[in-house]
Amino acid sequence: MTTYPRKLVVIITEGALEAILARELMALGAHGYTIADVRGRGSHGAREAAWEADRNIRFEVICDEAVAEKIASTLREKYYDDYAMTLFVADIGVLRPQKF
Amino acid sequence: MGLDPVVLFFLLGVAARLLRSDLRLPEAMYEGLSIFLLLAIGLKGGVELARQPLADILPQAGAVVVLGLVLPLLAFPVLKYIGRLDHYNAAAIAAHYGSVSMVTFAVALAFLVDRAIAHEPYLPLFVVLLEVPGIIVGILIARLGGGVRRIAWKSLAHEVLFGRSILLLAGGLLIGWIAGPDALAPQAQLFFDLFKGVLALFMLEMGIVAAGRIRQLRRTGPFLIAFGTLMPMVFALIGGLTGRLIGLSVGGTMLLATLAASASYIAAPAAMRIAVPQANPALSLAAVLGVTFPFNVVLGVSLYYWLALRIHGL
Repeated sequence: MTTYPRKLVVIITEGALEAILARELMALGAHGYTIADVRGRGSHGAREAAWEADRNIRFEVICDEAVAEKIASTLREKYYDDYAMTLFVADIGVLRPQKF
Repeated sequence: MGLDPVVLFFLLGVAARLLRSDLRLPEAMYEGLSIFLLLAIGLKGGVELARQPLADILPQAGAVVVLGLVLPLLAFPVLKYIGRLDHYNAAAIAAHYGSVSMVTFAVALAFLVDRAIAHEPYLPLFVVLLEVPGIIVGILIARLGGGVRRIAWKSLAHEVLFGRSILLLAGGLLIGWIAGPDALAPQAQLFFDLFKGVLALFMLEMGIVAAGRIRQLRRTGPFLIAFGTLMPMVFALIGGLTGRLIGLSVGGTMLLATLAASASYIAAPAAMRIAVPQANPALSLAAVLGVTFPFNVVLGVSLYYWLALRIHGL
């Protein structure tokens, strides 16, 4: 199996940011993203997804290194101060490099 | 008269949470129930709106919008100067209290229907009118504090105006108004007869959600507890007097008092996270859900009925 190296950017943040981040990620050069509703606990306390204002979401973006850098630096600058946000990047291998 | 079963369901939810039960309504069910409640309230109001001359309602509607603009302006200085909260948190919490809670309104409505107390049936229209002004005033106050980055009013307006609650309430009102009572009769069983049962289920979940916020109150201190109970009472008085002024009946006065006393926990938190991100949502939600919502549904609704009677000199 031949795979091509890409970055997987994972962002866990407040549900309130869904529409804004979706636009932001595409503008930064992502080719797409996946969103999931998640629950958990962190420095902002437990997020139980019990009702609208309590939702947390997880964005997953597969992209090349340059776009991953851009996403990480932009989000850190614009959202880290005011929002609950965790971002990490993993090295992954994809089968169809033209897609990402 | 014993406690309303709807309130007992709420208390069961609170107990479930405090006892660390694993009880939780699935999110899809919570959303489904809230869609039902919004539509049912809207339809009921719309059916009755069809029987009213609009010219009578318009001046009342204007007064209600003014009420929605004034309430957060009153809450803000209390939060900032007595509560010593920073500018952004004071503005954000003021916005929550300027806006309204549909579920609190539903509980008040059920209270009146149970006791066969007459009220203007088009009051759901006022829920729609009161949801937005408080939020806008809160955002404007926050901007006076400086440091708020450019606000994307267009996307914010889209979010607030076309969010689920306004869309379904206003949509229900329109459908009821256009279709009229006779055409809606076949749907009456679902939307009107089952209303209280659905509200009871929803209140079970609200009890769980509200109790989840109670623990945070220990950290936020006594001011928010005092604010969360006293401010609604003051607002209820203002809302009640407004109701009297615009010629509402006792039932209508009580509903408007309840609306003024209630605080938003869906539309306002979402809008504030986007428009005033510096504000800490844990503070506003602890006050709104941990204090004001339980206070209003357990004690407030009967209190505001008593208040409405006094305002009408009865």
